[in-house]
Amino acid sequence: MTGFLRKWTKWMLCLAALMLAAGTVLPAMAADAPKPDPSGVATGGIADIIGGSAGAPTDNDIKTMSEKEPLAAKVADTVGHNRIAINTVWTLVCGFLVMFMQAGFAMAETGFTRAKNAGHTMAMNFMVYALGMLGFWLCGFALQMGGAGPFATLGGGGAMNAEFTIKLFGKEFGLFGTKGFFLSGEAYDVAAFSMFLFQMVFMDTTATIPTGSMAGRWSFKSFMVYGILVGAIIYPLYANWVWGGGWLAKLGSNFNLGHGHVDFAGSSVVHMTGGVLAFMGAKMLGPRLGKFNKDGTPNAIPGHHIPMAVVGCFILAFGWFGFNTGSTLAGSDLRIGVIAVNTMLASAGGAVAAALYMWLLYGKPDISMAANGLLAGLVAITAPCAFVTAPVAVLIGTIAGVILCASVFFVERTLKVDDPVGAISVHGVNGAWGVLSLGLFADGTYGDGWNGVPGTVKGLLYGDASQFLAQCIGTLTNIVYVAAIGYVVFKLLDVTLGLRVDPEHEFEGLDQHEVAVVAYPDFNLRNFPR
Amino acid sequence: MKKIEAIVKPFKLEEVKNALGEIGVTGMTVSEVRGFGRQKGHTEVYRGAEYVVDFIPKVKIEAAVPAEMVPAVVERILTAARTGKIGDGKIFVFDLEEVVRIRTGERGKEAL
Repeated sequence: MTGFLRKWTKWMLCLAALMLAAGTVLPAMAADAPKPDPSGVATGGIADIIGGSAGAPTDNDIKTMSEKEPLAAKVADTVGHNRIAINTVWTLVCGFLVMFMQAGFAMAETGFTRAKNAGHTMAMNFMVYALGMLGFWLCGFALQMGGAGPFATLGGGGAMNAEFTIKLFGKEFGLFGTKGFFLSGEAYDVAAFSMFLFQMVFMDTTATIPTGSMAGRWSFKSFMVYGILVGAIIYPLYANWVWGGGWLAKLGSNFNLGHGHVDFAGSSVVHMTGGVLAFMGAKMLGPRLGKFNKDGTPNAIPGHHIPMAVVGCFILAFGWFGFNTGSTLAGSDLRIGVIAVNTMLASAGGAVAAALYMWLLYGKPDISMAANGLLAGLVAITAPCAFVTAPVAVLIGTIAGVILCASVFFVERTLKVDDPVGAISVHGVNGAWGVLSLGLFADGTYGDGWNGVPGTVKGLLYGDASQFLAQCIGTLTNIVYVAAIGYVVFKLLDVTLGLRVDPEHEFEGLDQHEVAVVAYPDFNLRNFPR
Repeated sequence: MKKIEAIVKPFKLEEVKNALGEIGVTGMTVSEVRGFGRQKGHTEVYRGAEYVVDFIPKVKIEAAVPAEMVPAVVERILTAARTGKIGDGKIFVFDLEEVVRIRTGERGKEAL
């Protein structure tokens, strides 16, 4: 135990030192660095009313009128401040809703797995919140958003303007940010902090997805190191490429591919990353003992608490209102009504489609698959929610429900990968469907200027085939990148700490052995073998 | 003295308890068990995968009675617990060597 602690501590100190060094040594890329505002008094003023509404004053208006109408100028300053305040409150409250999704994941995963492992499954979902957050604070946020400032809707963050780029094909390819390590220095700014919270809870959603596919046999100590790494490196790099001003976002301005890879709230950034990691982890861990027979046919391992699992899925659906709607980062952006409703509609389509699929093909409407279907619809609508019509939202969700069921059986029976909760199918496969469906169905009513490309976002069926191509590139990049880094990380963990638990412990239940508590000590868990 | 063990379907417990109470059986012990007889198990489906449930939940009722009561007790249990469908259960009758009441130390028939 002490040997492992020493090794682990050495790793973490090296990582921290590396990041600190990187933060101080790598130069800032912008000419005049805006001042960070840690107290908030200087954030949100007259400059922030520009573009605030259809009839808002322009930059020129403000310059010319300020001397003539001093009271108006002062009122404008307050209005600008209030606009930023609305956006900040909105972003934070939606972030709090997404944080609550951690509870949803915990309950869904624990409910769909066995009682003897409930303590361990809960512990993973619980600790990933803290570990991922610390990894994100250490360096993840800097890597993701170090070059993404200023954060216009939040009125600040202008100092986060350092993106490390390389030149390829004559264009700048943004790879990662280099400011904001430890959320200090120029990141000590109210807008940057609000942005940190919002981005962090999205990262944690990714982080917790693999705990579902790897439940029941993942050693806790290797999980803990994974928890830090997913927040520190794995998630932030791809997130920078799509949301941090990196190269996938710039496919539009650099290569005329639509508006670049567009992902409104994270079908690829969050769910595909989580789903592909979930696949790599589950594959490299191997199936639970007793899951597959010698001839390869799968055995059912029923979840121990279906009510808990269903409530967990409801909590996720509730949190998703923050997930999708909050991604405007602006309460003053009235598209939020459309986004919220599209989100709901897709979830309903997914749930009903999955229930019907199971009813028609397997004789009964399996509620566990219907719940997965709800989530699949939500995952699929996450990218296109701001860009599609209501009927299309229902369609995307319905197709997601069907894809989900087909995928669950494909993963289990053809690929022979054991996924206790369907995480790979819900998040990985439908995450891809989500970003691709944006490339098909974006209807051009929103998104003017997205990723620096003038005009609204349109998909293939509305006249822009290049958008679909950009989505394909983004999808492929995610699969290749996440599979590669997932393989490296899990292999490293397996070689150093061991990825899987002792088979004896797996038979008895992970609770006592891995996390020192038994989830249900008062109950005699009769583990009748099948 | 004899000990009666009856394995019955769980929802029949209340009926059997009342039936035995009516003929003067003064106490019993109940446990939740699983088992099968010739009925074997049945097939369930979870997320598209079939699995066989071999051991069906049942309830075991144990009661110590005087030897002369045994035919009446067996008859009562039969009537109360029978549904006519497979899986109704079984009744076992054992010889009971000694019975002791812990509170008072009484032995034999007084302890029943």
